[in-house]
Amino acid sequence: MKTPELEQRKQRYWLRNRQLTLALLLIWVLVTYVASYFADSLNGFSFFGFPLGFYMAAQGSLIIYVLVVGCYALAMRRLEKKYGIEDQGG
Amino acid sequence: MSTFSQQLRRYYSWYTCGFLALIGTLAFLEYQGMPARWIGYVFLFFTIFLYAAIGVLSRTADVSEYYVAGRRVPAIFNGMATGADWMSAASFIGLAGTLYLAGYQGLAYVLGWTGGFVLVALLLAPYLRRFGQYTIPDFLGARYGGNGARLVGVGAAILCSFVYVVAQIYGVGLITSRFVGLQFEVGVFVGLAGILVCSFLGGMRAVTWTQVAQYVILIVAYVVPVAILSYQNTGVPVPQVMYGQVLAQVGEVEQELFVRPGEVAAREQYAARAATFREKIERLPVSLQEERDAITRRINALKDSDAHARDIIALERQRRDLPATPELARERWLEEMRLAEEKARAPRPHAQAYPGDTEQERDQARINFLALVFCLTIGTAALPHVLIRYYTTPTVGQARESVFWSLLFIMLLYLTAPAYAVFAKFEIYTHLVNLELDKLPAWFSAWSRVGLVSIEDINGDGRLQLAELSLNPDVIVLAMPEIAGMPYVISGLVAAGGLAAALSTADGLLLTITSALSHDVYYRIIRPDASTQWRLVISKSLLLVVAVLAATVAAQKPGTILYMVAWAFSLAASAFFPALVLGIFWKRANKQGAIAGMLVGGLVCLYYIVRLEVDHIAWLGLHDLRMEPWFGIQSIAAGVWGVGTGMLVILVVSLLTPPPSREIQEFVESVRYPAL
Repeated sequence: MKTPELEQRKQRYWLRNRQLTLALLLIWVLVTYVASYFADSLNGFSFFGFPLGFYMAAQGSLIIYVLVVGCYALAMRRLEKKYGIEDQGG
Repeated sequence: MSTFSQQLRRYYSWYTCGFLALIGTLAFLEYQGMPARWIGYVFLFFTIFLYAAIGVLSRTADVSEYYVAGRRVPAIFNGMATGADWMSAASFIGLAGTLYLAGYQGLAYVLGWTGGFVLVALLLAPYLRRFGQYTIPDFLGARYGGNGARLVGVGAAILCSFVYVVAQIYGVGLITSRFVGLQFEVGVFVGLAGILVCSFLGGMRAVTWTQVAQYVILIVAYVVPVAILSYQNTGVPVPQVMYGQVLAQVGEVEQELFVRPGEVAAREQYAARAATFREKIERLPVSLQEERDAITRRINALKDSDAHARDIIALERQRRDLPATPELARERWLEEMRLAEEKARAPRPHAQAYPGDTEQERDQARINFLALVFCLTIGTAALPHVLIRYYTTPTVGQARESVFWSLLFIMLLYLTAPAYAVFAKFEIYTHLVNLELDKLPAWFSAWSRVGLVSIEDINGDGRLQLAELSLNPDVIVLAMPEIAGMPYVISGLVAAGGLAAALSTADGLLLTITSALSHDVYYRIIRPDASTQWRLVISKSLLLVVAVLAATVAAQKPGTILYMVAWAFSLAASAFFPALVLGIFWKRANKQGAIAGMLVGGLVCLYYIVRLEVDHIAWLGLHDLRMEPWFGIQSIAAGVWGVGTGMLVILVVSLLTPPPSREIQEFVESVRYPAL
């Protein structure tokens, strides 16, 4: 069962998965903590009539979260197809 | 599979239409003169009957159906069920009010309770689904081997979930007693019945399908009143978009309102009161005796002038109510002083981030905000009752997609809550403040009777100043329909929504507690040879016991319940998150490390909370426990320390002890790949 080719495929898959996870986590940290840290400065800007710092915590971050999770689900589905390790269910 | 999904879609579309039709019919009947009380009854009993019907239809005697709904819940429906599972009475009833009172600072909850799902999606859900067993302690047991990690997991899961479930049942009691006029204790047990009918017979399967139904009710109930408010104020019924301009209007009102002479005077009087209390506390015990003597003199003077007996009795009661000892006096007066100081402080503009008079105060606000967000995000990604929902999807891919749907459905409420707060603030600042006291609207006296709102005309000008108004956060959502003059059917709808939020969360939590006990403790540790049937009998009887226990605790109306829920987040974060995530991403993590890390993390968190919140524990003979917070972090964010030390301990102890066995390493491999 364990062929070198398969092992390599698995390693590639896991590497890609970790890279993707790390990149998305960085976005998450940026949106959640960095944006909040500077919220009072961001409030000086206006966005759709909201102060920007307030908007980020009340709406902007949430929308980015949904996008991050959605992108992850799509990208992982493609990755699994590419490396042939999809969960077929059952 | 897809026919099952289509069938579900059809059922729930009909169900949603039916529910909207019910609201329409009730609105019509109210217009025709149906009394408000009846509307409350219809909403309460119709919804509980509905949940019971789903529960009975989904009854099951199959273990996989009972614990994980047969693992065939499509991603989108699991998303809705998770939404209802997640959004508790605190989110539904309390959040908008918290945002009203705290402004920007309250957004930590909005950020934390949604941001956590990113961690669930990226770090946990797909791997747990791949593992594919029944509970979270199950995963710990398989990953770290032996029963040690499993048992620590069981303990932490039960501790967090029990506190949380008590809060939900308390919420049910609150709603039923306010809206249907049941006695609080009776309401608690009505709610208990509502929870039991659905989880008792059908376990996770029944809970899942009821939660989907409950999600529909709670989201309609949450959005409708704000949409009406938005339409009234801006002409567009999309509050999430429109509240920007109302926020700007609130900002303008605030600028003028905060410096009104009446407001300034009221605040100064509160400051004077705080100063009086401070002086009295400093002069204890002399000041207490003086106060008692002063009242005695007045009583004697009244007696001599043969005044009305009623006045004398009132004064005597006042004397009796004085604190009995200087210690009690100090405690009570400190509390009074704190309240007065809070009232004396100038209110902050709603959108202002990290307010404070000095740079240091602002930094303190900022660091506490970030720490709270940290604890809530990690806690969200560590609460067992949410994580087990991702065991129920058919595939690993669907588990990932299901987190997306969960977050989307949850976001609908969290985008609305800040809008709720802003519209409420606008309504209250422009229509309520500065009214003459005898012209206050009817809802005000109705809610002050139950103690959720109160006023004190401290400057005696016969008008309501903002500083003189005290609001309980719950009142914003519960009373908003009345505040904005909407028909009673909307109030009934809000009650039904709050009930759905509390019941759905309670269902998920109860199931988590009982599966930890029946599956992890009884089946895995005590009697691995137990038959399927017997396991379910044990599970169902435990469910009953735990539910009755939780209702009994809730009926005592524990005062600190809201704090306890916030602490449950920190505790779950400290105990579970490091062990779960390192278990998946770091093969070298071993049993010794995990057990030590979970224990130390949980205990550090607990220690911090106790040292900040409790001054003495009489039965242990401990005194003067209270300490200065580390870096000014409040106890609500105790998880910052717990998660950090937990993570560190797992790393260090694992590296100092031998690596896990070959089988365990292969197990970690298997969890990482969806197939093979």
